[in-house]
Amino acid sequence: MGSATRFMGLVLLRSSASLRRFHLTIDELHFAGVLSLIIIIVSGLFVGLVLGLQGYETLKRYGSAEAVGTLVALALVRELGPVVAALLFASRAGSAMTAELGIMKSTEQLSAMEMMAVDPFARVISPMFWGGFLSMPLLAAIFSVMGIFGGYLITVVIIGVDSGAFWSQMQSSVDLRNDIINGVIKSVVFGAAVTAIALFEGYDAPPTAEGVSHAVTRTVVTSALAVLALDFVLTAFMFTGV
Amino acid sequence: MQRTTLDLWVGIFVTAGVAALFVLALKVGNASSVNMSDSYRVIAEFDNIGGLKARAPVKSAGVVVGRVENISLDTRNFRANVALRIDKRYPFPRDSSASILTAGLLGEQYVGMDGGGDEQNLKDGDRLKITQSAIVLEKVIGQFLYGKAAETSTGKKE
Repeated sequence: MGSATRFMGLVLLRSSASLRRFHLTIDELHFAGVLSLIIIIVSGLFVGLVLGLQGYETLKRYGSAEAVGTLVALALVRELGPVVAALLFASRAGSAMTAELGIMKSTEQLSAMEMMAVDPFARVISPMFWGGFLSMPLLAAIFSVMGIFGGYLITVVIIGVDSGAFWSQMQSSVDLRNDIINGVIKSVVFGAAVTAIALFEGYDAPPTAEGVSHAVTRTVVTSALAVLALDFVLTAFMFTGV
Repeated sequence: MQRTTLDLWVGIFVTAGVAALFVLALKVGNASSVNMSDSYRVIAEFDNIGGLKARAPVKSAGVVVGRVENISLDTRNFRANVALRIDKRYPFPRDSSASILTAGLLGEQYVGMDGGGDEQNLKDGDRLKITQSAIVLEKVIGQFLYGKAAETSTGKKE
């Protein structure tokens, strides 16, 4: 825990040097963000389709099938968008970050950089952190929008719920500050947590093939647990006692 | 990958993400009703607000004209003080009345405003005196049963 804190301190401390060479961060944004787009878009769409279908089947019994828009939007914006996007992000980008850092360490590339007086934190680790940190909220927002689009597709286009009621019920119950801003805050927190865990596990990995593979496993497991636990804590703060 | 194509993809990604945030804010959430800078605040006193909550809509003839800002209890007369924030575009006469209504059978409760006939309009900080409380189902049933009981007892006397 102590070394993890020191590690994060170093990452943040050296980030000014790395942000000055912003193209490094852009490379990482491409790696963590753009290459995760496909999985985020496709899974967001399918989560929305399933939510719409299940919500419709249940709400139909109470004669309020129009409320399915509210259900889909609230579920996605508050919970599923940030959480599922963070889980996918951890397994898609976080694991790759850990593997990359772990192999760089085991093949002594990090030590070589230090020998050449290139700071590996400023050159490699900080850009990775900022790339992950910046792309996570954007991915979560894209996930939510795709999910809502999926819900719209299944309920309005295929089943035939009234489109006006779908949108207006959604708009009257989703609040900008309470729901959307809180969802964005969640995704920012998850992005920071997942990226920090991935980088630390990679940096801390024993420099063997087995060590790297264990570190990748630990990244995915720890970030999944951290995301779910943080989600509970944040939800308890945000959505109770309003 | 080439530098320029990579930059292009990152640009597309960031634009798509920011656009998604905007869609969430504008299409899904109702950002327009949150920033009511041009509004005035009136306080309505109710005997019973039922299940009314802060941020519930204030409607007049079905049109949303404002939101419930907050709700508090006045301990001097044990009436609920409901602060309403109403859009400046909709001035109401001073003797307007407010009532708590329910949207649909199981829907949310909202405040309905009915315009009066006064020459002067409501100003910031005014109090609405003419109000109609929420219908509490238990009370209605209680009154109904009481009325029935009274009916049968008077019926026996005759």
